[in-house]
Amino acid sequence: MLRPRSREEMAARVARDIPEGAYVNLGIGLPTLVGNHLPKDLEIFLHSENGILGMGPAPAKGEEDPDLINAGKQPVTLLTGGAYFHHGDSFAMMRGGHLDLCVLGAFQVSAAGDLANWHTGEPHAIPAVGGAMDLAVGARRVFVMMEHTTKTGEPKIVERCSYPLTAVQCVDRIYTDLAVIDVTSDGLAVVEMVQGLTLEELQKRTAAPLREKENR
Amino acid sequence: MIDKTVASFDAAVADIPDGATILIGGFGNAGMPSGLIDALIAQRAKDLTIVNNNAGNAETGLAALLKAKRVRKILCSFPRQTDSRVFDSLYRSGEIELELVPQGNLACRIEAAGAGLGAIFTPTGYGTRLANGKETREINGRNYVLEMPIHADYAFIQAEKADRWGNLVYRKAARNFGPIMARAARCTIAQVREIVPLGALDPEVVVTPGIFVQRVVRMRPPC
Repeated sequence: MLRPRSREEMAARVARDIPEGAYVNLGIGLPTLVGNHLPKDLEIFLHSENGILGMGPAPAKGEEDPDLINAGKQPVTLLTGGAYFHHGDSFAMMRGGHLDLCVLGAFQVSAAGDLANWHTGEPHAIPAVGGAMDLAVGARRVFVMMEHTTKTGEPKIVERCSYPLTAVQCVDRIYTDLAVIDVTSDGLAVVEMVQGLTLEELQKRTAAPLREKENR
Repeated sequence: MIDKTVASFDAAVADIPDGATILIGGFGNAGMPSGLIDALIAQRAKDLTIVNNNAGNAETGLAALLKAKRVRKILCSFPRQTDSRVFDSLYRSGEIELELVPQGNLACRIEAAGAGLGAIFTPTGYGTRLANGKETREINGRNYVLEMPIHADYAFIQAEKADRWGNLVYRKAARNFGPIMARAARCTIAQVREIVPLGALDPEVVVTPGIFVQRVVRMRPPC
């Protein structure tokens, strides 16, 4: 029987691919959950766009500091050895290719690795992009974490994005509730699927051609 | 003797004319120079262009300035927030112009202004609608978009400590845009929690040297 991954299980799966020593930015929303699943015995450097490296978990109640927040404006802490810096340095870390990886949410990812995650394009929607475009072009590896389909069952992995793009050909790997998929120079390669799912069934929920990845 | 300290928020913003461009530091409420913004509201300058990462939260600070209809145009990366109702309503009714700028481009356009650069080629935004109509160039196999510096008449920033020469140190993530905005404005006004004697700041850890700061005002201690 098909059992999709829960949000926490998706986050745990992404966390397994983050090695010790990596400099990592976790995007707002679903990707933030990944932080809860990083092994406590590994030293992994979390970056926050508002000028923090070595970001720690949320403080205990009553210990919040209004000068110490994350990109989502939630109170956080600083690990021993962490550092603060200004926005110029923070975005140099992103745009300059110094971050090993980022994890972003998405509305759509295309077969070529184009990412759409900032705007639905609806006329009355207020656009807001934040640091998404900088992360998408700048991090050495870009992981996307999202449900495989929309709430109404529409595929989110598509031949071409219909939503406004965040960046072109930037996504390296997609983690969904059903599968882990690599974006390669010859298309989308399925690294793994949840139990009870066949490639044919996964393909039905995906609007771009999939193939099984060799030499896993 | 040089003393950049100013006695009050009101005095610090008194000369700001209608139509001025003002960089405002802060990321959400961290580092938001609310005392200067409140004084600007009372001062009544209008037709302003404001640069901030966000477009105000709830009804105070930047949101209050917007609500008073003093802002013609805002440049920011992330206007939409759960409590950005003042901006949302002005935007939907066409009463404010928005230039949406990816956050890193906002930062490097401000840095370019402070560093005296004519323009910058940035990879961020290439191939997206935010690059529509802009010059692009392929350099060493990578695509870039030409973006212009953001110069300003004034910068409002918040720092932790200053001396009378305007040297600044910041606190935690309230630093954010402060140091780069200080460099990009003709007149930078810093509101600070504490003014210390000259020599009390370790020169090895001064983050913003006083050359970038024209006025310093001490914040009132919280009641």
